Amino acid sequence: MALPSLDASIALVALFPFLAAALAPLLHRLTGPFSGWILALVPAAIFAFLLSLLPRIAAGETLRLAIGWVPAYGLELSFFVDGLSLVFALTISGIGAMIVLYSGAYLAGHPHLGRFFGFILAFMGAMLGLVLADNMVALFTFWELTSITSFLLIGFDHQRMAARRAATQALVITNIGGMALLVGAIVLQQAGGSWELSVLRAGGGLQEHGLYGLILALFVLAAFTKSAQFPLHFWLPNAMEAPTPVSAFLHSATMVQAGVYLLARMTPILGDTLVWMALLVSFGGFTLIWGSIGALRQTDLKQMLAQTTLASLGLLVLLIGLGSPVAITAVMVYFVAHALYKAALFMAVGAVDHEAGTREITALGGLADKMPVTFIAAALAVLSMLGLPLTVGFFAKEEMYLGLLSGDWVSVSTLVVLVAGNAMLGGIGLLVMIKPFLGETVPTPKTAHEAPIAMLAGPLLLGAAGIVAGLLPDWLGHDILAPGATAILGDAVVPHLSLAINLASPLLWLSALTWVLSILVFRLAVPMRTVLRRAEHAIGWTADSVFDAVMFGLIRLSGAVTRALHHGQLEFYLILVFSAFALALFGPMLVLGGFDWLQPKAELGDWTTLISMPDLRLYEWGIVVLAVIGLVAVLVAPSRLGAILALGVQGAAVALIFLLFGAPDLAFTQLMVEVLSVAVLTLVMTKLRLDIRDHRPFEDWGRDGLIAILCGAGVSLMLMLVLNGTLDTRLSDLFTATSVPIAHGANIVNVILVDYRGFDTLGEISVVMGAGIAILALLRRRKGVRP
Amino acid sequence: MNTLIFRTLAPLIVGTMLVFSIYVCLRGHNEPGGGFIGGLIAAASMAVFGMASGVAEVRRALRVDPMAIAGSGVVLAGASGLASLFIEAPFMTSIWLYLDLGDTVLPVSTPMFFDIGVYLVVFGTLSSVALALEEESEGDA
Repeated sequence: MALPSLDASIALVALFPFLAAALAPLLHRLTGPFSGWILALVPAAIFAFLLSLLPRIAAGETLRLAIGWVPAYGLELSFFVDGLSLVFALTISGIGAMIVLYSGAYLAGHPHLGRFFGFILAFMGAMLGLVLADNMVALFTFWELTSITSFLLIGFDHQRMAARRAATQALVITNIGGMALLVGAIVLQQAGGSWELSVLRAGGGLQEHGLYGLILALFVLAAFTKSAQFPLHFWLPNAMEAPTPVSAFLHSATMVQAGVYLLARMTPILGDTLVWMALLVSFGGFTLIWGSIGALRQTDLKQMLAQTTLASLGLLVLLIGLGSPVAITAVMVYFVAHALYKAALFMAVGAVDHEAGTREITALGGLADKMPVTFIAAALAVLSMLGLPLTVGFFAKEEMYLGLLSGDWVSVSTLVVLVAGNAMLGGIGLLVMIKPFLGETVPTPKTAHEAPIAMLAGPLLLGAAGIVAGLLPDWLGHDILAPGATAILGDAVVPHLSLAINLASPLLWLSALTWVLSILVFRLAVPMRTVLRRAEHAIGWTADSVFDAVMFGLIRLSGAVTRALHHGQLEFYLILVFSAFALALFGPMLVLGGFDWLQPKAELGDWTTLISMPDLRLYEWGIVVLAVIGLVAVLVAPSRLGAILALGVQGAAVALIFLLFGAPDLAFTQLMVEVLSVAVLTLVMTKLRLDIRDHRPFEDWGRDGLIAILCGAGVSLMLMLVLNGTLDTRLSDLFTATSVPIAHGANIVNVILVDYRGFDTLGEISVVMGAGIAILALLRRRKGVRP
Repeated sequence: MNTLIFRTLAPLIVGTMLVFSIYVCLRGHNEPGGGFIGGLIAAASMAVFGMASGVAEVRRALRVDPMAIAGSGVVLAGASGLASLFIEAPFMTSIWLYLDLGDTVLPVSTPMFFDIGVYLVVFGTLSSVALALEEESEGDA
């Protein structure tokens, strides 16, 4: 297929940004104000490399790279480049370069700018990995990485409560989708027999499979959370708490488009059924209208754009749901158009906010004189958003209307939704372009002046790209749309974009209708806003408040459960633990007939003759007696301290017994544990300020004694039972035989711990440390409470 | 417990125990011992040290927070497992090197580093708990 050198570089596309992210803080410290320019080279280089692949992909080639990942489970870290993933990756890296450059100026002087670069580059890497991944486990990993990195980005201003809340909300909602994606991927692998999406696509769809409904539900849920479809949309507007470059990146070409990408990617496997179409078209259409109405309600420029992003996501989902070749071409062209103009607009709005000190649309006006370049950039973007001829947005609109001219009621109602949605989006576009920049000059909190070049390059280039792409319909059609749409559908799609304007075409008239309605929306924006705000007040609750209620309920529930289980009485904990221990010992013995084994057999005759004293030496007897004395002393000790020491004596005697009977390791450890537990118990006891004596009422004494005897007897019986049966020595034989030759160690216990079962030990030491941290936290807490 | 005899003897005891704990840890692969028991001995020595000279003195002597020692232990143990990735073997495949030092051959291996990691975790965790407890009882006194 492809040359090996090329293969490796595809993996680097996804992994290189992470490396850059790790180095970004250091680089920022070294280069200061130039760090944005330097770090923007990373996405720019990726963009250039991906662009060099474009001719081959456009010619119908696909590239695939697989690296062994977990060979034992047949898992590969595989990447796949076709038209769809390449267009997404190009958009991500291209806009990413502009965003990194822009961030350097937007956040100039911010104390955590280096960290910010790290986050945003890592996010970009996750996003690139997501669209290039072929293996579903890799896809899921990158998917979750985008959730985590976007959490860090949205909550970047972590000292503000609203930012923290928005970050948590985005994480919670998108992680619900992440879990759905994981389960969906596993079920899909079971049903389709492969982790590789390319293999699954080649194997034909699963539309007839018995598990189709489940898989569809899980994947659609994943996509809807990420792409903020109603009713899971509310996290997206809240995520505007992030610094503007983050919003510009997350909500134009990345994060939220991951769901769109997933749906497009899954079209050959899950698409083209009635359920698929009904789900996507209805939810997408509703989100389109919901978002565009929501945008009209807002006066904050960023919030307006966020709501239009919701609408655009709904639009894309709807188009994927339609699934016809024309609709899918529209998906590709609309995705590109939207990414370009939305990123440009967010950046322009950020520039206004940065230079004028506000982004309230009512507090801005006449900025075009002071910020002419920003105005031009915003205007270029809005022209594409409106879909005027000679922009890429024009083709997007033409394509989406084209598939819906058949005249049946589904097409007609979808068409109505699309025209209405586009009209409102266009109206918002006009508002964003005209209101802050033209008209009378309004005094702003800061004296506005033009933004620095690093903040202008992005919006201007992206805005211009929307026009340039619109002027090159043949290239756009052949190199971008056709490969992308072909990759989604699996059949070759022929591009048919043309600059020619056909006055007889109904499409042109639909477009014209959209423009007229857009102007109407623009003119009526203020009264509409008033009405919508009143309606919002009348309803009184939103999906956002439902989220809060659910989260609060969860916290209350976990609080109740914790209080029920952890009542804080040490006595009950111990009773519970040891009763459960006794039950665990006796239960299986009773159920599995262990007592029958322990009973002496009938033919033993006079069994008293069979009992003999073990043949021990005198000093061995001495140690046994010492242990017994220790034990008795524990019971009769007048003070708690005495009992603790006696327990230590008994433990030390047991350690000696271990030593004499050939388990020096055990003896060693036992001795140290005894020493430490005596020390710690003594410390704890002095700490707790208990009575020196342990006087408990008789009924407690009886109860505790009973539990103690049951536990002791249970352990003894269990040991006898184990010794009675035939010991399966296969494992110990293996260890004995191989310990020296392959593990180079004569101490089998140690070899087992650090080599044969090293992974277990790794887990155990982590638990030890975790427990230590918990103990420290408890002790510090007590100290804090104490006056 | 702050007697003169104890305070005079404690540094001696602590030093001996520490050296012994390292010895026990390193010999563990072939003789009784190992990281866990070595860590226990070292932690016990810290407890003794704390009783004799006060927790503040121990913390000053340790220079770093004992929990950080434990953390570095987990990292070391995990990293020793990762070393096998460089020879394209599964995670935690042990690697053995025999360094020829002229008179003797010194075996160096990833399980050894793993065991040192275990030592550090046990040492760090238990001494930080013991020191925290001692700190509390000092506060009462």
